[in-house]
Amino acid sequence: MRHLLSIEDLDRADVERILDRARAFTEVSEREIKKVPALRGRRVLNLFYEASTRTRSSFELAAKTLSAEVINFVSSGSSVEKGESLKDTVQTLSAYRPDLIVVRTPHVGAAGLVARWTPAGVVNAGDGKHEHPTQALLDVHTLRERLGTLDGLDIWIVGDVLHSRVARSNVLAFQMMGARVTVCGPPTLIPRGFEALGCAVEHTLDRLGEADVVYALRMQHERMTDSFVPSLREYAAVYQIDGRRLGPRQVLMHPGPVNRGVELSAEVIDSPQALIGQQVAAGVVVRMAVLYELLAGRASGDRAPTTRAGGMEYA
Amino acid sequence: MSPPRLFWKAPPPGDVLVRGAHVLDPRAGIDAPHDVLVRAGEIAELAAPGSLEAPAGAETLDGAGRHLLPGFVDPHVHLRTPGQEHKEDLDSGTRAAAAGGFVAVVAMPNTNPTVDDASVLRALREAARREARVPTGFFAAVTRGLAGDALTEMAELREEGALGFTDDGKPVWRAGMLRKALQYQKLCGGLVALHEEDPSLSGAGVMHEGEVSARLGMTGIPSISESTSIARDAAIARYEGGRIHAQHLSARESVEAVAEAKAQGVAITCEASPHHLTLTDTAILEALDTRLKMNPPLRTEHDRAALIEGLRDGTIDCIATDHAPHAREEKEVPFEEAPMGTTGLETAFAAVYSGLVRPGILPLGLVVEKLSAGAALLGLPSPSVAVGASADLCLVDLEATWEVGEAGYESRSENCCFAGRTLHGRVLATLAAGSVVYRERAFALGVA
Repeated sequence: MRHLLSIEDLDRADVERILDRARAFTEVSEREIKKVPALRGRRVLNLFYEASTRTRSSFELAAKTLSAEVINFVSSGSSVEKGESLKDTVQTLSAYRPDLIVVRTPHVGAAGLVARWTPAGVVNAGDGKHEHPTQALLDVHTLRERLGTLDGLDIWIVGDVLHSRVARSNVLAFQMMGARVTVCGPPTLIPRGFEALGCAVEHTLDRLGEADVVYALRMQHERMTDSFVPSLREYAAVYQIDGRRLGPRQVLMHPGPVNRGVELSAEVIDSPQALIGQQVAAGVVVRMAVLYELLAGRASGDRAPTTRAGGMEYA
Repeated sequence: MSPPRLFWKAPPPGDVLVRGAHVLDPRAGIDAPHDVLVRAGEIAELAAPGSLEAPAGAETLDGAGRHLLPGFVDPHVHLRTPGQEHKEDLDSGTRAAAAGGFVAVVAMPNTNPTVDDASVLRALREAARREARVPTGFFAAVTRGLAGDALTEMAELREEGALGFTDDGKPVWRAGMLRKALQYQKLCGGLVALHEEDPSLSGAGVMHEGEVSARLGMTGIPSISESTSIARDAAIARYEGGRIHAQHLSARESVEAVAEAKAQGVAITCEASPHHLTLTDTAILEALDTRLKMNPPLRTEHDRAALIEGLRDGTIDCIATDHAPHAREEKEVPFEEAPMGTTGLETAFAAVYSGLVRPGILPLGLVVEKLSAGAALLGLPSPSVAVGASADLCLVDLEATWEVGEAGYESRSENCCFAGRTLHGRVLATLAAGSVVYRERAFALGVA
């Protein structure tokens, strides 16, 4: 495997192998000297066209813990602002001979394009509203560590599904790992045709009690100005996960950053059912495992990545 | 007397003999092998195969095993002149047209500057007389700068040769503005062609709204963006007694809206493109290729089937390519960032022949008729294989296969949605007003 562009690049055995390795890496994070030489001499380039705190820093921490060299390239103040195209930027940065490029962009399929324009491996760290496969892996990891398996779980993903790459990757990953997934949100924030991903669609929390896992999505303030919801106050009244709605045997997840008092009430964020801190910690070890898989794991090129997220090379 | 409305750099017409081709012209009721002699720009003789002698100096085309069709007419192309000649110009665009078997094309006014006053149209007309390889007509804008705020000087533009009016690329989104344009149409004539889209529904959409856009996380353009606009505009046309033409239909609901309007007696016609007739949004799932991004977008099989049925039952009047060239650097970007549009002139016949005729979905005669039916909608003569008619013809080899893009394009741009596909049906030669305006590289031209 050379690239991780979509959850669909992986099968269940791949996910289990990567997450077993993530579990093994957890021990490294607990040492006094948090460093192993696994990727010494390898170059990882973080190419971020969108603001990101936790994803970028956890990739950086993961790479450094494995002793790789890390270069951060963010759009602000760079050649991108001087009008350089994605293609030219990628080809320019490829001259630095990175072994892996971690890329986040606001555009669907951009990670696939990067993979076509560079000889380096590519990890999609978020491409528009499309996918965020390492988030899905760390969420699966968090659930495996807490509940042992996802087989047979009922997982509800609640909130703004329309604008969420996390929702897409997680629906696919949770189902691959044996869970049943329901997405729930206002009809304006569930894309038409979303059932095609294999999940159920609900518009109220009436049956939330059936869920083993409640996964809340971030509700962005600007959605109100586009009339996706009439007001955040009303949204919170109908969709907020609070102590009344969250049962004692359910666990709660959120990809962060949380809008306290909008999609989640303060009491559930701070409750023992919340796995939000575990998700952040899992981010580092899972990304270590992904970097290891792509750079030192199986021989490269043993499986073709999906090209769907790519884009045909021109002429 | 109406002014001329097609302009080109006409080569001196010569004598041409097409030997033994199977002539198919549904309008003229011909479907049999003939020798066809062209003299002084007109079809001079139609006779049994092998019976005509080529006059001295005449060019001869070997038609044996090939089909000779009335040349195609495209009422909807973007030639990007003036202002965007890096994408296409009158020479390259009409070379592409000739290579696709087209004997006339009609250019859209969304250029820079837009064709919204007589001086721009005059300059364009003169440029076409210098450069265009096939007869070329021009639409003028309905509103100044396509901004939707003020009518163009429609009467003057008609005097200068505008075939009709359109804000193509954008809808005439104010109902009151369309109403005034249709009132003015009573004075000056000219087809009002409409890009049917409700921006409040299409928003920032980049592809069809449905399962594929849901899966990819891209903002969708719902089919009702098109169909509700057609229904509204048909009601305005009915009220004003105006004549409108709905461009590039893409959705089942739109076909239904046009059928309903026609049943009520509205003077409405419409077109469909080869890509909407042969491709669907699932192609984007297979390859997120910006060449598959156009407006209106590729929709579902359900929609495609309705377009085909509309072509069969006459709801859809003609095939138009919406040939929309874009430069490589403009299209070589993430899908959501890319401009809308695909080229289509060079692949139009092969696409519909391969996608609709060969699989037995539509008869060849119907498709051939629809490929030039746009002419009549604009008041232009329809190409016909009849003695005394202008010799506007194309010779095709139905058995020839070719990979789109493999040998490059005549168009300046290469953003063809069929790129990489192997198609059946190759245009071997095109005659416009009796002159050979295109000859496929490998196809020999004899001289008697």
